[in-house]
Amino acid sequence: MPKHALPLHIGCASGFSGDRTDGAAPIVAELIRRGGGTLIFETLAERTLALAQLAMNEHPDRGYEPLLDDLVGPVLGDCLTHGIPIIGNFGAANPAAAARRITELAKAQGLRTPRIAIIFGDALAGAEQMARLQACTTTDLSELDIVSANAYLGAAEIADALSNGAEIVVAGRVSDPSLTVGPAMAHFGWAQDDWTRIGRATMAGHMLECGTQVTGGYYAIPGLKDVDGLANTGFPIVTIDADGEFEITKPPRTGGRIDRAIATEQLLYEVHDPAAYLTPDVTADITQADVVETGVDRVAVKNVRGHPRPDTLKVNICYRGGWFAEAEISYAGIAAHARAQLAAEIVQARIGAALTLRVDLIGVRSILADDAGHFASGGDVHAFGDVRLRIAATHSERSVAERVLREVTALYCCGPAGGGGVRTQIKQRLNMVSAYVPRDVIKSGWTFLEAA
Amino acid sequence: MTRTSNTVPLYRLAHGRSGDKGDTSNLSLIAWRADLYPLLLTAVTPERVAAWFGARSPTAVKRYDLPKLHAMNFVLEGVLDGGVNDALNLDAHGKSLSFWLLSMPIEVPAEALHDLPDFH
Repeated sequence: MPKHALPLHIGCASGFSGDRTDGAAPIVAELIRRGGGTLIFETLAERTLALAQLAMNEHPDRGYEPLLDDLVGPVLGDCLTHGIPIIGNFGAANPAAAARRITELAKAQGLRTPRIAIIFGDALAGAEQMARLQACTTTDLSELDIVSANAYLGAAEIADALSNGAEIVVAGRVSDPSLTVGPAMAHFGWAQDDWTRIGRATMAGHMLECGTQVTGGYYAIPGLKDVDGLANTGFPIVTIDADGEFEITKPPRTGGRIDRAIATEQLLYEVHDPAAYLTPDVTADITQADVVETGVDRVAVKNVRGHPRPDTLKVNICYRGGWFAEAEISYAGIAAHARAQLAAEIVQARIGAALTLRVDLIGVRSILADDAGHFASGGDVHAFGDVRLRIAATHSERSVAERVLREVTALYCCGPAGGGGVRTQIKQRLNMVSAYVPRDVIKSGWTFLEAA
Repeated sequence: MTRTSNTVPLYRLAHGRSGDKGDTSNLSLIAWRADLYPLLLTAVTPERVAAWFGARSPTAVKRYDLPKLHAMNFVLEGVLDGGVNDALNLDAHGKSLSFWLLSMPIEVPAEALHDLPDFH
């Protein structure tokens, strides 16, 4: 039985770790105007968690979203005052530390202590769990220098925490749509196997999870697919009804646009089989879905279907890989292309078979221009003959990979005429394999911060 | 009667976006208008897309049709040189691959040409 008949508004103020941090304030203002809702933040791409794990290894108080203060700080007071729950996977590798940090933010702002729930159990650890993980993959895990292994959790813990009074829910690895499904389940009281409604809410979450990609971001082609106001794009709000059907809007006086074309691009984003969009919560099916413009900057998605959830949970295993080296140098003006090509041949001849090099020739307008842009203004941008040579390679040994950096740098004196602007970088790769484990391998749950 | 036709880039008929998971890229292709969808169905076959991306050596190309959205979803396996963890490409996600698909030449009946979207 539904606990509420009233629709639920859920706004998403971040689509990845590194997204704009000023999206939340307009969303919260609009949620308040509409009489309440939920605010979510999605900040966890596939490898973000491994990077966070490395940060936590360095210091036990790190390992959560580095921009947490900027994301949550500006709206914390309004959310607590107006009863707007905040849910994020910004806990990354260390949800407890993120929760403590939010408590500190509240204290620093003179706010009362929020009731913060921490979701645990996504990280696999210990011999027994790793043995069961090993049974689910042909990769020999003992051969890997593993940094992190995390299962994608579903919406159940989020929903339960909210139903028990959590004002903020800090998760690590949960599936992105579950950030939306959780509050919807708590609000409407849906059963865990209400596949149709959960399928719909999952696609609502899918539309939210990349932030402005559904409100005009990542869409514009000047002259063909124009979008106004991309310097101030509004982040999205979905309004879910008791049947799971939903509309997408954005806060007033923000840039961007919501229309059928934009929403359809995002509906299919990162989807493989449209009949089986798999999450921990459901198998969502958009083969019969409709995308309908219901007003200005207002699109409804209807008739999403849901089928039983998969029996397994996906685990991403991140491990230290080889060393990735890249180096660049620019040529411009007379015979720039030929000089860049010759530079690449020189580097290839010197490195020989030690590394397999990727060679890119890049460029429109750069090194002949002045800082103020006078040289570059007007005229044909292709007339500069601007070519940036990029050479990239990877190797298991750092010293071998570093030869890319040394040989490109040496082109300053030893290469073709007029090479300039060398930049180099080398970093260790974090590689990843995935496995699917039976649900009973994962012991997930939630707890309030006080009890942690 | 001779039927004349003309070749236009695919972006005149449709738009789309790329997504990635591992070494697999998905490219949505959405007809600008419902009446253009049948043309997409016949012209943009998985075989043609596989050939168009031949230089990226896909191991499999599958097309899923979504007639209610007048859209299709192409799933290209093995086109990202290992994907975001392994590729040497600047664009390891393959974010730009949709724009290669949208430059594919398509034969269009002459009578359909006059009202196709284009750069203004």
